[in-house]
Amino acid sequence: MMQPNTYRGGPDENGHFGIYGGRYVAETLMPLILELERAYEEAQADPEFGAALRWHLTHYVGRPSPLYFARRLSEKFGGARIYLKREDLNHTGAHKINNCIGQALLAKRMGRNRIIAETGAGQHGVATATVCALFDMKCVIYMGRTDIERQAPNVYRMKMLGAEVRPVDSGAATLKDAMNEAMRDWVANVADTYYLMGTTAGPHPYPSMVRDFQCVIGEEAREQLLEAEGRLPDSLVACIGGGSNAMGLLFPFLDEPDVRLIAVEAAGEGIETGRHAASINAGRPGVLHGNRTYLLQDDDGQIIEAHSISAGLDYPGVGPEHAWLRDVGRIEYVSATDDEAVAAFRLCTQLEGIIPALESSHALAYAAKIAGSLAKDHLMIVNLSGRGDKDLGTIAKHDGVTL
Amino acid sequence: MSAGPRTRIDARFEALRGEGRAGLVTFLTAGDPDLETAAAILRGLPAAGADIIELGMPFSDPMADGPAIQAAGQRALKAGTTLRKTLDMVRAFRRTDDATPIVLMGYFNPIHAYGPAAFLRDAKAAGVDGLIVVDLPPEEERDLPAQEAGINLIFLTAPTTTDVRLGRVLARASGFLYYVSITGITGTASAETADVAAAVQRIRARTSLPVAVGFGIRTPDQAAAIARVADAAVVGSALVGIIAANLGPSGQPGPGTTDAVLDAVRALASGVRSARAGKLRSSA
Repeated sequence: MMQPNTYRGGPDENGHFGIYGGRYVAETLMPLILELERAYEEAQADPEFGAALRWHLTHYVGRPSPLYFARRLSEKFGGARIYLKREDLNHTGAHKINNCIGQALLAKRMGRNRIIAETGAGQHGVATATVCALFDMKCVIYMGRTDIERQAPNVYRMKMLGAEVRPVDSGAATLKDAMNEAMRDWVANVADTYYLMGTTAGPHPYPSMVRDFQCVIGEEAREQLLEAEGRLPDSLVACIGGGSNAMGLLFPFLDEPDVRLIAVEAAGEGIETGRHAASINAGRPGVLHGNRTYLLQDDDGQIIEAHSISAGLDYPGVGPEHAWLRDVGRIEYVSATDDEAVAAFRLCTQLEGIIPALESSHALAYAAKIAGSLAKDHLMIVNLSGRGDKDLGTIAKHDGVTL
Repeated sequence: MSAGPRTRIDARFEALRGEGRAGLVTFLTAGDPDLETAAAILRGLPAAGADIIELGMPFSDPMADGPAIQAAGQRALKAGTTLRKTLDMVRAFRRTDDATPIVLMGYFNPIHAYGPAAFLRDAKAAGVDGLIVVDLPPEEERDLPAQEAGINLIFLTAPTTTDVRLGRVLARASGFLYYVSITGITGTASAETADVAAAVQRIRARTSLPVAVGFGIRTPDQAAAIARVADAAVVGSALVGIIAANLGPSGQPGPGTTDAVLDAVRALASGVRSARAGKLRSSA
């Protein structure tokens, strides 16, 4: 494949990143996503939209989030200087709110007052319910019943915020099934409803729009590290499920040839066991949820359920831009198992007093794996994409403890 | 006028025009409730009055389908149905019937996994006439060059389809046009006949392709009402629901399943056939 002169030029006008992405949706939805694309382009060109977005990110979300030098983790790993991008300190406790603020402002512009969303871990659902409370919008969250059971505190938070949480029983009752159900709702309620997708997946323009709203992570990190160390990082590490926090951190650095970019998939119980969520490392290209990308699927093209201890990575696909970046070789896609993530969760909690989300713990786990072999002056930024309070029940269960 | 190849679909609509009536299109999922029962139903459909057969290709994530067809797909997958076995079923059907058009309907990923070129070749050889791929709009159609392979690619239009988009769809459509009469998923709501009539008129003003109407047609009366205003009525969820209602306590197919489905098809067919009986002379 020919190397492009920029890795940030995508997608093309039809939403393709190389052979990935696109608009694989039913005809009923086609006019809606075309309208959304136009509305988003107009919003991008409107200084007032940008100003409203920045205002909310500063005063409501609490940005910029700190870039924190993790001295004790760095010493423990015995190599690179590890910085943590503290998205866990955002309002609602994860990076998801960056995108929700942006899309809610867009929905308002479009005159849509009913918001629907899918959620896995519940972080995106909570962030969506939060902005709906703020902007006085009706909110319906689709969530797989399996996830409702393992993320009970977040379900209660969403309800407190005024959202209706609709359990999804189809399929394995997890994130992909919640997405199917949200799309069915959207088809049936085209006139007043805005689908607020939480990750860099779905049909065009969602992958690039969600990316744009999350890029604030990497843009801030770049400035913050320049200030702290006087130079760019040597490597960046983020976890990846659908790919929004990874894209947010990594995209602004794609055209910096000396910066090593790493995204960590969930290997679950081990890729060799088949019980994992590593769609790039162990999947094949296919079409699901409106785009072509790497998917976990069987020989007949039926989607296989993903498995991960972290509900937020438990998705059998990945954003199409990641699929392209994998093929052109710009980002390294690696993986960490449930056990490695839990060990990193513990280490970060005990050494830094920071309880990371299980999702983010996958990034920490891979950092732990390689940091020791890197030079003492190697600068590494790990995206701490969310906080782990929501995961205490899962960790306790993993340890055989009843709370 | 049509962008695509001539298939059994064109011949069937010409015959229907000759009879001065609309057609009945029946939808069932391949392999539902199991491969054997599905094959028996399929064999009986033409005699029961189905003019065109739509056969669903089961998919794990049917985003445009309601609970009835979702469940049918799950039963079919559980019974071991694959895209290859779906084509086998068509091939077996063709040994006894070489006239009734068969349209496969489903989602793109199983075809993508099979390999679009190989799939088109094998589907044509098996006796497939048309394809409806719900999540493959004209924008992505180059991924599946069906017309070049001698198979009609049948597109959906919906109440949300603008005039500009309709033109784009019609430029690539062949066989017939499938008008989705509601904004929603299969089997959930029914449209007002007057709205459907207006929409069909709007499409007919732009094309000579036959217009089939589906989503939400459940009873012989509803089918007859649609048959008065369109070229064909598509019934799916109601038939699939009969399979579900006949399942045994542990989910096994009931002994009366085939007869119950075919009886319902007979009733729908007589509804469709009665619809324009009074108008036969004037339209001939």
